[in-house]
Amino acid sequence: MAAKTLTIDGKQISAEAGTTVLQAAREAGIRIPTLCHLEGIMDIGACRLCLVEVKGTTKLLSACTTKVFEGMEVTTTSERLQKYRRMTLELLFAERNHVCAVCVANGHCELQSLAYEQGMDHVRYDYCFPKWGMDLTHPSLGMDHNRCILCTRCVRVCWYIEGAGTKNVAGRGGRSMVISDMNEPWGDSETCTSCGKCVMSCPTGALFSKGSTAGESERDRSKLEFIVNAREKKQWTV
Amino acid sequence: MSKRIIIDPVTRIEGHAKISVFLDDAGNVSDAEFHVVEFRGFEKFCEGRSFSEMPGITPRICGICPVSHLLASAKAGDAIMAVNIPPAADKLRRLMNLGQIVQSHALSFFHLSAPDFLLGWDAPAETRNVFGLIASNEGLARAGIRLRQFGQEIIEVLGGKKIHPAWAVPGGVRSALSAEGAAKIRAWLPEAHQTTQVALGLFKKVLETHERETQLYGNFPSLFMGLVAPDGTWEHHGGRLRFTDSSGSTIADQIEPRDYKTVIGESSEDGSYLKSPYYLPLGREDGIYRVGPLARLNVCSRMGVPKADEELRNFRSFGHGSVTSSFLYHYARLIEILASLEYIERALADPDLSSQDLRADAGINSLRGVGASEAPRGTLFHDYTVDRDGKLLKVNLIVATGQNNLAMNRTVAQIARHFLKGTEVTEPMLNRIEHGIRCYDPCLSCSTHAAGKMALHLQLVGPDGSVVKDVVRD
Ligand code: SF4
Ligand code: SF4
Ligand code: FES
Repeated sequence: MAAKTLTIDGKQISAEAGTTVLQAAREAGIRIPTLCHLEGIMDIGACRLCLVEVKGTTKLLSACTTKVFEGMEVTTTSERLQKYRRMTLELLFAERNHVCAVCVANGHCELQSLAYEQGMDHVRYDYCFPKWGMDLTHPSLGMDHNRCILCTRCVRVCWYIEGAGTKNVAGRGGRSMVISDMNEPWGDSETCTSCGKCVMSCPTGALFSKGSTAGESERDRSKLEFIVNAREKKQWTV
Repeated sequence: MSKRIIIDPVTRIEGHAKISVFLDDAGNVSDAEFHVVEFRGFEKFCEGRSFSEMPGITPRICGICPVSHLLASAKAGDAIMAVNIPPAADKLRRLMNLGQIVQSHALSFFHLSAPDFLLGWDAPAETRNVFGLIASNEGLARAGIRLRQFGQEIIEVLGGKKIHPAWAVPGGVRSALSAEGAAKIRAWLPEAHQTTQVALGLFKKVLETHERETQLYGNFPSLFMGLVAPDGTWEHHGGRLRFTDSSGSTIADQIEPRDYKTVIGESSEDGSYLKSPYYLPLGREDGIYRVGPLARLNVCSRMGVPKADEELRNFRSFGHGSVTSSFLYHYARLIEILASLEYIERALADPDLSSQDLRADAGINSLRGVGASEAPRGTLFHDYTVDRDGKLLKVNLIVATGQNNLAMNRTVAQIARHFLKGTEVTEPMLNRIEHGIRCYDPCLSCSTHAAGKMALHLQLVGPDGSVVKDVVRD
């Protein structure tokens, strides 16, 4: 495949055609914050945290879904980007009910760490305080919609790694919600294999193993990567 | 005929203990009410959450006894899963509760109460506090602060964090006691013992010269409630409920905490947002009971450890049957510290504490779970009703300060009756009312201003319900 040359933050880089800016940056050791991206599953550009500036357009582009091209000039950190990343995070917090202190993911949450990292010390928007509930019908796994950021990592993992297709998204805008099958209680789902990969993939405390208490949800995402690698490199013979 | 006024939460001044003193037609004190903040809102807020989250959530109810809520909550969770938790987990939880008793009682005695009876009731407020105590008796004050730290250290080596350790979970605990942790506690024990002995000696001296206070600070017949072991020994985390009356006779014994509703009534008064529990079979008037150190020492047959048992014998000489003066809550607290130290020493010798079998796992096997534990201030109940999936449908919490509410009212009335001349609210009277409340060590943020006097908002209410006098002391 043809290689493309580009610069990211002034650094000369060459990447294979078809590579995303995010991949190219990571290979070059440049970190771009992400939330909906999960190694091994397709990207959809939902969270807008990986926004970068590309010379020639005034639009901000999501690094995880933008492909590299010859002569591309990418900037990953600027005051403008900083501003938008913070704003995005604040909106995520304001949209649902995040009470970190009592959350299963406290201390192991990607949303929380990003908020720290981006210096989000307060939220400028009014909290929506929506009324969302929990789905505790599954025997071993639980979902708290209050903490869901609609990144759809769980949905993609469920469809493309496990192949069960249980998790879906229903609704529009802020009222969107992750559902099981045709919006049934999770415990009634006939397609769910109880593999727990959705829980492993969730960046926040929205999905958890039942029985966990505050700060107990530590996820082992290496398992997901292991599966993807094994499949793509044909390490499994089926 | 006297009249009650309706207390609107809005009239509460932030951080002030609110007190109403009711006068009859002749201008004498007929009754008093100490308004306790209740947790109604919190109970509602938990509905719809998972029961397994509760040990993480409920310690946030109150920054003063998070450990007690943690343990009661985990216990309620055990009941919902219908499991017997591993023995090591039970022993570890007990150890943490002992640490909590020591730290909380030390705070109450040295920081909050001792300045009153050691520096004098009417010593200026600027010095009648722990700093004043440091100035006048530095050795004692520092030792008291260290004793509290000792209790906190136990909580920390087990739970990792001083304030909100979501360490106990339904089914057990998350981690064992490390060898270093055990060594640290063991090395600190002799000093803790010594401080306790000094404090005991001191308080017994105080008692010799405080006959009047003993008579005045909440000395009245009432019932007492606490957990006891099957053989009647003092209990703090486990066991069943026992009620005794002021003559010392047991009137109800070995009541399973989950059946508390057969013995405890919760009256909710019109226009009031408090619940005042009482002993159900006797009704609200005669069923008034006290909980906490004084009650636990009254209901138990023995402490179960030698040094504390010796003190208990002396303690009992202050009553005919039960010890009925709330001023002796202080003495009871010191005896409980002593007993806790002895039990901690015993626990440390138990190899089980480093066991790795710490957590039982199970689904929902009971749709209701009650967890009871002795918080430093008295018996704490967490009563959860869940659906098949473990989602909370109803939460009922009964806290110590609520249970002591009626007794606190009576204590305030007793003191006011004695000190109120006409409608003149004097500083000495406020100081004594403040101490009357402190005897119960109520878990209110306003009562724990370590530095300085308690902020009070006192209203004298006339027979027609009108406020005759409104005194705010910051
Ligand atoms: S999901 Fe993350 S950000 Fe949200 S409450 Fe939990 S820890 Fe906080
Ligand atoms: S449940 Fe978790 S993984 Fe799924 S969409 Fe919500 S935040 Fe993302
Ligand atoms: S990581 Fe690129 S939009 Fe979420």
